[in-house]
Amino acid sequence: MDTKNLGFDTINLGHGSGGTMTRDLLDKIIFKTFDNPYLNQKHDGSIVKFDGEIAISTDSFVISPIFFKGGNIGELAVNGTVNDVAMCGAIPKYLSLAFIVEEGLKIDEFIKIVNSVKAAADESGVLIITGDTKVVERGKGDKIFINTTGFGEVHPKAKITTDNIKIGDKIIVNGFIAQHGMAIMSQREGLQFESTIESDTTNVNYLVNDLLDKFGDKIHLFRDPTRGGLASVLSEIAGDINKGVAIYEKDIPLEKQVAAACEILGLDPLYVANEGVFLTIVDSAVAEEVLDLMKKDEKGKNSICVGEITKNHPTKVVMQSLIGGKRIVTPLIGEQLPRIC
Amino acid sequence: MKYLSEYRNLEATKKVLKEIEKTITKPWNIMEICGGQTHGLVKNGILDLLPEKVRMIHGPGCPVCVTPLNLIDKAIELLEKGVIVCSFGDMIRVPGSKKSLLEVKAEGGDLRILYSPLEAVNIAKNNPDKEVVFFAVGFETTAPANALSVLHAQKEGVKNYSILVSHVLVPPAMEAILSDEFSSIDAFLGAGHVCAIMGYQEYFPLAKKYMVPIIITGFEPLDLVQGILFAVKQLEKGSYEVENQYARVVKEKGNEAAINVINKVFEVGDREWRGIGEIPNSGYKLREEFKNFDAELKFGISNIKVPENSKCIAGEILKGIKKPNQCSEFGKTCTPANPLGAPMVSSEGACAAYYHFQTI
Repeated sequence: MDTKNLGFDTINLGHGSGGTMTRDLLDKIIFKTFDNPYLNQKHDGSIVKFDGEIAISTDSFVISPIFFKGGNIGELAVNGTVNDVAMCGAIPKYLSLAFIVEEGLKIDEFIKIVNSVKAAADESGVLIITGDTKVVERGKGDKIFINTTGFGEVHPKAKITTDNIKIGDKIIVNGFIAQHGMAIMSQREGLQFESTIESDTTNVNYLVNDLLDKFGDKIHLFRDPTRGGLASVLSEIAGDINKGVAIYEKDIPLEKQVAAACEILGLDPLYVANEGVFLTIVDSAVAEEVLDLMKKDEKGKNSICVGEITKNHPTKVVMQSLIGGKRIVTPLIGEQLPRIC
Repeated sequence: MKYLSEYRNLEATKKVLKEIEKTITKPWNIMEICGGQTHGLVKNGILDLLPEKVRMIHGPGCPVCVTPLNLIDKAIELLEKGVIVCSFGDMIRVPGSKKSLLEVKAEGGDLRILYSPLEAVNIAKNNPDKEVVFFAVGFETTAPANALSVLHAQKEGVKNYSILVSHVLVPPAMEAILSDEFSSIDAFLGAGHVCAIMGYQEYFPLAKKYMVPIIITGFEPLDLVQGILFAVKQLEKGSYEVENQYARVVKEKGNEAAINVINKVFEVGDREWRGIGEIPNSGYKLREEFKNFDAELKFGISNIKVPENSKCIAGEILKGIKKPNQCSEFGKTCTPANPLGAPMVSSEGACAAYYHFQTI
């Protein structure tokens, strides 16, 4: 898109006024980028048809910095919600897209973000069918916030519920953890360190769909350990199912550079945020086959079984350390902070 | 991850644990000085793997935990005056007498979390119309970088930068613990990282005077069990030497360049320790020629004094007299989300280590 012909190079309060400037912004950028029959009606909302049950998930994205190694807030806003819908055992179809922009945002930054939204939506096969743009005064936001709501059709074979989880079930993770959190941390003011760690933001909906096609109700749960990391999600699950969760430190998939960065900052990778990571809890009878299928997929090539559901220590996650000691893994409290020395 | 994976090796660790079992004939109380070591013992489940006769007592080596309450109140006062306060991460959640730095940030205070104090000098350069203060907390480990920030600011002529100093020293704290009438420490695991800077010459007179073995020890599982083995061997033999388990990092004379930087900027002075009280010659203060970098003088806040929370037994925890789970408030009114005292906040605090890494 040629930004010179737009007639404006920053977003200001007028672009959120609902008047001609808003229309200008929508016509020249939003409608042009997302061009589809639903949006082209330019109505207040869209009417869509679904067969059977639908899964709905909403999420707000307030990340800073908005551009980071491996992605930006735009694709994050799509992938995050697409994955949340997929975690319900559904096939994501439609997204709403709402921007809250702080006045003064450069238009080429805005366009870069919008283009990333479009690319990520195309890649995961969802259409943007409704949206909103608001502009707030400088200092009342942080460049740009995005909210997306996703709608998906529940897979006909899916029975995703913690009620189905039984003792002996295996816990499988689709790849390296802590990449996203450490990529963001490495670019935060005051904490910068040189690394090539990239955010793992991506969609996992096709892989989830393939797993449901093949294994149906043998898949008992999907969860994506975003904020709070793997430890927090597993702790929640243990509490919900009133059974124990056992994990093994030696099997936690951790890329070398991420492990080193966590050591330097004194952070526990189990609590660091992920974006393209999900865990699935599956019937032990199909665990090997599930792993085989996942490993053949680009989004699951580093999949590994990290633990299982146990009769012992109900409601608690217990990790066996590399040297054979055991400890309880508690959920994250507050924000993880780098320590002094 | 070289030098880490080798020291997390299951077989090697098991072998040392077996040797401890074979060597030990009676119970010994061994204090690990550093919070990082406490963290390592609990996180790796080592406490449960050790023979019962080894009683680990957790020491005062958590810089956040020993920073007195009034210093946090001083930092809060600066934030409320509109000063940009820069701090290491785990300091910001520690409660002051009324609130924590994090709460003041939420109310609009300009608090920045940094990894290096030199970054604070850059912030001062970029904000010439604002005052910038670095909350210089820590043991001998963080002192060189904090001192360097002052030298750097002086060289660059940055006048709106100063530091709020709360540096504490390990050997005087060990002496205070050993001379306490309730103390029952038989041996120490010395703090590896502190010794990486300072060396371990300072410990020879201490080991001799109090007849305690001091083993300079690292932080990985194999380091910790090896340190314990060295201590048990000495105790069983009746010797009390200073031994260096962490030789891959620590040299007897330490890091001379770092020591020079410290000595240029700081001098030894009395220091108050949270929960323990004032220990003579137990900390660093800025030398006379660097007084204009002293935030307490610059902003006239040296008179802020506040009493400690009476329910918190941090003092007894830090001296190793009680274990965190022997505190009546532990896990009840005092949790990491709502801490009564600093040892429950810092990732190196004994209470937080017990809370986060409860063994089963």
